Amino acid sequence: MSEAHRRRIGDVVLKVDNISLRFGGVRAITGVSFEIRKGEIFSIIGPNGAGKTSMLNVINGFYHPQEGTITWKGMPRKQMRPHEAAATGIARTFQNVALFKGMSTLDNLMTGRLLKQKGNFITDALYWGPAQREDIRQREVVEKIIDFLEIQAIRKVPVGRLPYGLQKRVELGRALAMEPELLLLDEPMAGMNVEEKEDMSRFILDVNDEFGTTIALIEHDMGVVMDISDRVVVLDYGRKIAEGTPDVVRANPDVIKAYLGVSH
Amino acid sequence: MAELATGETFPALLEINARLRGSRPAIREKDLGIWQTWTWRQVRDEVRVMASGLAALGLARGDKVVIIGDNRPQLYWAMVAAQALGAVPVPVYQDAAASEMQFVLDHAEARFAVVEDQEQVDKLLEIRPRCPRLEAIVYRDPRGLRHYTQPFLHSLAAIDAMGREHQKEHPEFYDEEAGKAKGSDAAIILYTSGTTGQPKGVVLSFDNIVKIARMSAELEGLSEKDETLSYLPMAWVGDNMFSLGQTYVTGFCINCPESSATVMQDLREIGPTYFFAPPPIFQNILTQVLIRIEDASWIKRRLFHYFMKVARRVGSDILTKKPVPVGQRFLYWLGNLLVFGPLKNTLGFSRMRLVYTAGEAIGPDIFNFFRSIGVPMKQLYGQTEATVFVTVQPNDQVRLDTVGVPCPGVELKLDQTGEVLYRSPGVFKEYYKNPQATAETKTADGWVHTGDAGILDRDGHLKIVDRAKDVGRLENGALFAPKYLENKLKFFPAIKEAVTFGADREFATAMISINLEAVGSWAEKRNLAYTSYSELAQKPEVYDLIKAAVEQVNRDIAQDKDLAGSQIKRFLLLHKELDADDGELTRTRKVRRRFVAEKYADIIAALYGGKDSVHVEAKVSFEDGRSGTLKADLKIADAAVSEAQAPRALAA
Repeated sequence: MSEAHRRRIGDVVLKVDNISLRFGGVRAITGVSFEIRKGEIFSIIGPNGAGKTSMLNVINGFYHPQEGTITWKGMPRKQMRPHEAAATGIARTFQNVALFKGMSTLDNLMTGRLLKQKGNFITDALYWGPAQREDIRQREVVEKIIDFLEIQAIRKVPVGRLPYGLQKRVELGRALAMEPELLLLDEPMAGMNVEEKEDMSRFILDVNDEFGTTIALIEHDMGVVMDISDRVVVLDYGRKIAEGTPDVVRANPDVIKAYLGVSH
Repeated sequence: MAELATGETFPALLEINARLRGSRPAIREKDLGIWQTWTWRQVRDEVRVMASGLAALGLARGDKVVIIGDNRPQLYWAMVAAQALGAVPVPVYQDAAASEMQFVLDHAEARFAVVEDQEQVDKLLEIRPRCPRLEAIVYRDPRGLRHYTQPFLHSLAAIDAMGREHQKEHPEFYDEEAGKAKGSDAAIILYTSGTTGQPKGVVLSFDNIVKIARMSAELEGLSEKDETLSYLPMAWVGDNMFSLGQTYVTGFCINCPESSATVMQDLREIGPTYFFAPPPIFQNILTQVLIRIEDASWIKRRLFHYFMKVARRVGSDILTKKPVPVGQRFLYWLGNLLVFGPLKNTLGFSRMRLVYTAGEAIGPDIFNFFRSIGVPMKQLYGQTEATVFVTVQPNDQVRLDTVGVPCPGVELKLDQTGEVLYRSPGVFKEYYKNPQATAETKTADGWVHTGDAGILDRDGHLKIVDRAKDVGRLENGALFAPKYLENKLKFFPAIKEAVTFGADREFATAMISINLEAVGSWAEKRNLAYTSYSELAQKPEVYDLIKAAVEQVNRDIAQDKDLAGSQIKRFLLLHKELDADDGELTRTRKVRRRFVAEKYADIIAALYGGKDSVHVEAKVSFEDGRSGTLKADLKIADAAVSEAQAPRALAA
């Protein structure tokens, strides 16, 4: 990673403070704290069942933690609904692709613009005047993303017909269409081959670089995580066991133990 | 017919087009999902600004500017902008590796580069330490380049801003500079890929390109109403002719695809009237059509196959306006309504009125398919050194196995070895900084050696048979062109590879490897059991099948007085496919003739020894890297030879 990139990392935008999440008797997350800074690529890693996806769900308001607070852009809060998170600039993708399979790539991306769209019932219904202009404005934003992600050739293809790697890219595109400040990516490279992973890594770096978007991602592929992340937090059984730059985390004995097990 | 522009150089032609048809579209590019159009007047203004900006950057008369990227309006403008300043553009293949680019940059002594995007900038930055003459790099697309701080990197937007400033300070500058260009000046340097040795830089003058463009436009009736898709590499001479020469002469509009992945969709949206593609592209289109037809509902499938039969019968005749019975004509009309029309529309071929293919032999299936559904495809023969056009097929004399008659203004002759030579207004100035190669290729009185061996048929059509160095003669003096025979054999689906022998022999023979898939399914339909490739290849039924193909080839070449002597008298079917792993083919699947002749010396001796079979023990390499020995007895079969064609008066 270049020096130029490092210098753009700013203040803390999201502060996770002592979060605990329980489902009945199951402790999914226990007392986890970390901070994500503006403009960085932040990864949450950990073995299966470590609470990574739960953590993302807490951040975008899908789960409500029993304890702890989340401070987003200086506003502390205990509970937030997903649509509020979306409206304040948090977008995400899902571990299992969650696109509208029967709709084209273009239409899927346009749904990402819904929150940004202005209009009123009458003009929208008639598709006249301001409504038409608004639609063209939104389409322009979406077209820039299509260009950015190099998916021009599949613009009008129903996403259900696309290979998995491309569906993942379309999903990233839909999240980008929201012009988010914080982008949550849940295993963006799961199930991809090496080439698709390389492409996706490049797009994640480019998004961060080009739009300055803060990115928090969960990923299993350690090689990818270590290559693209500025900082990494490691969870195991719902607890934070390490945090820091990829090099620091890689050398941490607890992390090695959690991933490789330990001989007794 | 609309007026052709009469200037001598591209900057001059641009001014004329801006005056003559200033508000007509000159170039389009699909951007943000929409086709953006520039009129001739706008193009002129863009070129003027860009040229002024490049001048402000220090570009001067005699400099070389490398141009690297996909087909983009700004890159085409950069070429003309450089020419207006007396500099010479050198387009480079955009997919070339950095090390390949280094040779061209170094050899052309390029001072400036105008490139598309980060990918190309990165390559140039990699080789820059070894190309000390390269002073500045201008890029079109700033994406990903934000953190590049090198002072010699400039965005095209910045150059344009400099250009506008420069125009204010020196309002007369552009016209003065552009006015100095003469038709005989070097317009462009195109580096040919060169299968042997280093690439050579072909220098073409404005006269070369403009005269040939005007000749071809008049020959084919191209006008400002035509449209074409500019999707072939800018570094290839063809793109210079179609997307620069002909458009500047006729004023027709060229369209730049959105990306290389969207070419087929863009083709459909634009529906060009004029199109060029090498045979593999047509092959791809045909394969996709056939696959999708097989997936279609049965009623569509039946309709397609029924009407394709009609089309094969009469389509080509209807295209050339030959008499066709009314009933057949009606069926074809119906087929056009139901099948060919919609199909052509889907492919973007609805408006095509001139379709060229060239570069290699085209298979009869492909050629006949497109012509029968009413796509007016024809072949041409050309070279970088000729500024493309040497021969073209006249519309009413389109044939599968010729490349047509010499274009107006082109003189053609064959020397005693059969090599094709030509002389035309398009003959290149020289190979850049390589007088020795220039002298070897171009004679003092302007004839150019093509390196291709050809024959002229009775109607004056040129047939390219092989590379001249591969062509030999039989003992009796008859011409022997191995690749020509092999191509003819390989057009049969049952034949995968063929190697023919005959140079300095008594007669021609062939070693053939069958196509396992095609012959396998043929055998299944006939309940022929087999366990292995070598067993299938030795079945008498398969020998009969291939024998029929060989005899068909013999009948074909018997029509040709020069080649009639090299009919294949004996052949055998190999026990294995020729394979690159065994060294018999190159990685691009070309036969390594000398190696094969050595390796199979026993077989060749048997072919000429009059025996009925030959025993082989061959080492083969398996996919896992092991090798083993394969023993087999291969039968040798005789093929009937056809009488050479009787004189024409009797045949008619």
